[in-house]
Amino acid sequence: MTLSEFFYMDGYYLYVWVSYGLALVVMLALFVSPIRRKRQLLKQLGRKKKRGQRI
Amino acid sequence: MFQFITKLASLRNFYFFCGKLLPWFAWPTLILMVVGLYWGLVEAPADYQQKDSYRIIFIHVPAAWMSMFVYLVMALSAAASMIWKTKASEVVANSCAPIGAAFTFLALATGSLWGKPMWGTWWEWDARLTSELVLLFLYLGYMALQSAFEDKRTAARATSILAIVGVVNIPIIHYSVEWWFTLHQGPTVQVMKDKQAMDTSMLIPLMIMATAFKFYFATVLLMFSRNEVLERESHTKWVQEERERL
Repeated sequence: MTLSEFFYMDGYYLYVWVSYGLALVVMLALFVSPIRRKRQLLKQLGRKKKRGQRI
Repeated sequence: MFQFITKLASLRNFYFFCGKLLPWFAWPTLILMVVGLYWGLVEAPADYQQKDSYRIIFIHVPAAWMSMFVYLVMALSAAASMIWKTKASEVVANSCAPIGAAFTFLALATGSLWGKPMWGTWWEWDARLTSELVLLFLYLGYMALQSAFEDKRTAARATSILAIVGVVNIPIIHYSVEWWFTLHQGPTVQVMKDKQAMDTSMLIPLMIMATAFKFYFATVLLMFSRNEVLERESHTKWVQEERERL
């Protein structure tokens, strides 16, 4: 099997690769979003603490 | 055992326990994904009828299985929250909703992309497809209801009821292809049968991908849950200590 045959998927390349691409995008986003959320939460916590000290 | 469970009910212990578990799910996910994808896309032979288009199965079927599995986890956690009023189970149920919605969306979208070349249509109001769409709305409804309440504990009471009532949809999805014979094909993989409809050369990568999706779910669930604990416990001393440690 050549590389171009592999990507051609017997003519079904559009359906196959869009399916896999969609899965990649959705699952990657779902993995990255809690990492970013955590960073944001920790930043918020830091601000809260500083405010507490001022008062 | 019982002591272990009561200890986990405390959010602080739950947070650190999840943190310890994380690498045990994250790394196997990566390995299983790579092996499953290579096996499914390269090693597995093309189908004699559907040619290479059938390779969508390695995404579609694990996603569809997970869409139901995640719902069961969510409903069980919701039931636990109602019975024992444990906060950790509320956190798990809430974390399940967006993940389950993502899997359901993937199952529907890849099904549509598979349906177009094979059935000649993107969508049909077939029993399986419709009940899966209802599942997506259950997840979205759960999230909407959850965000409608200011107080997390009040929200949990309402969302738990929704999650538990919605369980009736799960057997409907599962048996839809047997009860109503419309467009969606019958089950390919059946646990109780000796003779499988699918050849092992395709069945093995499918099972690897299904396992990879399970591990992925556990990984992301732990991450979402830990965040919600930090959010809920932001006023406590241990969270401030944890912030300084990171």
